[in-house]
Amino acid sequence: MNSVALPASTRDSADARNDKLFRWLLTATAVFVLVTLAGAALSMLWGGRSVLASEGLNFFFSTDWNPVENKYGALVPIYGTVVTAVIAMLIAVPVSFGIAFFLTEVAPRWLRTPVGTAIELLAGVPSIIYGMWGFFVLMPVMREHLIPWLNDHIGPLPVIGALFQGPPIGAGMLTSGIVLSIMVIPFISSVMRDVFLTVPSRLKESAYALGATKWEVSWDIVLPYTRSAVIGGVFLGLGRALGETMAVAFVIGNSVNFTASLLEPSTTIAALIANDFGEATEEYRAALLLLGFVLFIVTFVVLAIARLMLMQLARKEGNR
Amino acid sequence: MNAVASPSVPRGNAAIYRRRRIINIVAITLACAAALFGLAFLGWILWTLLAKGFSHLNLALFTQDQPPPMEAGGLRNAIVGSLLMCGMGVAIGTPLGIAAGTWLAEVGNHRKLGTVVRFVNDILLSAPSIVLGLFVYAAFVMQTGGNFSAIGGALALAFIVLPVVVRTTDEMLRLVPVQMREAALSLGVPQWKVTMQVLYRSALPGIVTGVLLALARISGETAPLLFTAFGNEFFSLDITGAMSAVPLVMYKFAGSGFENWEHLAWAGALLITLFVLAISLLARTLLLRNKVAND
Repeated sequence: MNSVALPASTRDSADARNDKLFRWLLTATAVFVLVTLAGAALSMLWGGRSVLASEGLNFFFSTDWNPVENKYGALVPIYGTVVTAVIAMLIAVPVSFGIAFFLTEVAPRWLRTPVGTAIELLAGVPSIIYGMWGFFVLMPVMREHLIPWLNDHIGPLPVIGALFQGPPIGAGMLTSGIVLSIMVIPFISSVMRDVFLTVPSRLKESAYALGATKWEVSWDIVLPYTRSAVIGGVFLGLGRALGETMAVAFVIGNSVNFTASLLEPSTTIAALIANDFGEATEEYRAALLLLGFVLFIVTFVVLAIARLMLMQLARKEGNR
Repeated sequence: MNAVASPSVPRGNAAIYRRRRIINIVAITLACAAALFGLAFLGWILWTLLAKGFSHLNLALFTQDQPPPMEAGGLRNAIVGSLLMCGMGVAIGTPLGIAAGTWLAEVGNHRKLGTVVRFVNDILLSAPSIVLGLFVYAAFVMQTGGNFSAIGGALALAFIVLPVVVRTTDEMLRLVPVQMREAALSLGVPQWKVTMQVLYRSALPGIVTGVLLALARISGETAPLLFTAFGNEFFSLDITGAMSAVPLVMYKFAGSGFENWEHLAWAGALLITLFVLAISLLARTLLLRNKVAND
């Protein structure tokens, strides 16, 4: 017994040591993920501290962005970021719901997989391709058809008319919003489809048995059951729209002058950083880093809400 | 006649039924329109790519470097730079991601820290890529004296790879039946060996899928490279210096107004899109086959 136990116990202790080492290694990498996120936020705040100190709250509320005179009021890019994302959501949310409804209830079974796959592939196309497409294909269409039409028909209206007046340049917040909406539709619709599929079929079948139409099943049964996850999916898309760089940089026009019109050139946080960072002076870089920090915080909040909403449905399902 | 056709339906209800049916038809029509809308844009974008890029795909694209305006040339320096930086990004991000994903599934699954890490990782997964570029600029490029370098670009790409691999590793390992772990552990196999030789073997196709998806994502990324790798007009294999990448060249060339530059930009766009679509399809079939094998 003794003669066997001795080598076995040294091996045991070696195994125990290795196991401990292994666990430490794994834990260290997991903590590294946390550190990455914190590091990303803090390094940008640190890089932009000088501008935050000199501008203070003015940074958020002034429209005077003039790197030559070292004046950094970031209201225009912040406003542009929000407006383009809102336009994108106004288009993308109803269309995505329509696609999800189509893929879960309407389409014949053989059509669901290919159409679903095709729309997911659209999500994989690099964003710079959307930008180039927007620049070379959508902008001429906007210039020649949509903008003159908007000028003639919606421009004269009171209040909202001011949003739709402007020269037919083609670059602007409306064009960016449209390109962004095409980009986020695949994300939102595939989340919606996935959560719609989690609805227990007995719920849907009961409704059908009572004579409900397909639309009533989707609107009155499926949507209330998945409401939190659907909102989560929408916020996921919103987070993407807020932080998208290349697709917007091509079609926004890159102007830091304030304009109420959706048809005139403007800019967003991400597009401004992408355009100016390379040639910026030190102080200007600090301002852009601070802008990056603002973008990071905003998308962090939006994405955190999205995840919490999605987790709520998962908990209801008993998955976690 | 009406009364005979629907004897059980009181007259007032007929209007309600008609209204419900009309709403249903309208909704279904709109849903079909939405799906067509999505597919139409996919078709439109792919068609634009093919129409503008296909005629400029040729051998010179791979054998010549990027030219000055109005001269013939190719994208060799950018293609090599892209391959090099994407390869390094995957090489850095994958081991870290697999390790962190393993921790999530095997050690921290039910701990509070595990929930936090999973949550943070999900946020990193959809964080704007330009922010990661700024992060690497502030934390690496600035600290190394402000020199743009391919290492910086690879690091920025690695931070995009990382959360994707963490997520898929975590999910794939949790799909492995508990009985496999218990059987191996009850034979006296230490945990690290169980993980390396039993769990990874069964989760391998899923993890490979994750790495492929991550590769597809970074190969078209432009924003994080703008102020890390910066771009380079010349052929370079020096990873401590500025390096070009296909998306960077596309960004510079696309709106330039020079005809030959725009042609190269479209050729690069088509090249990258084909690469990305091929990898996504490969990943998808791999996952599908794995699913069938497990069922």
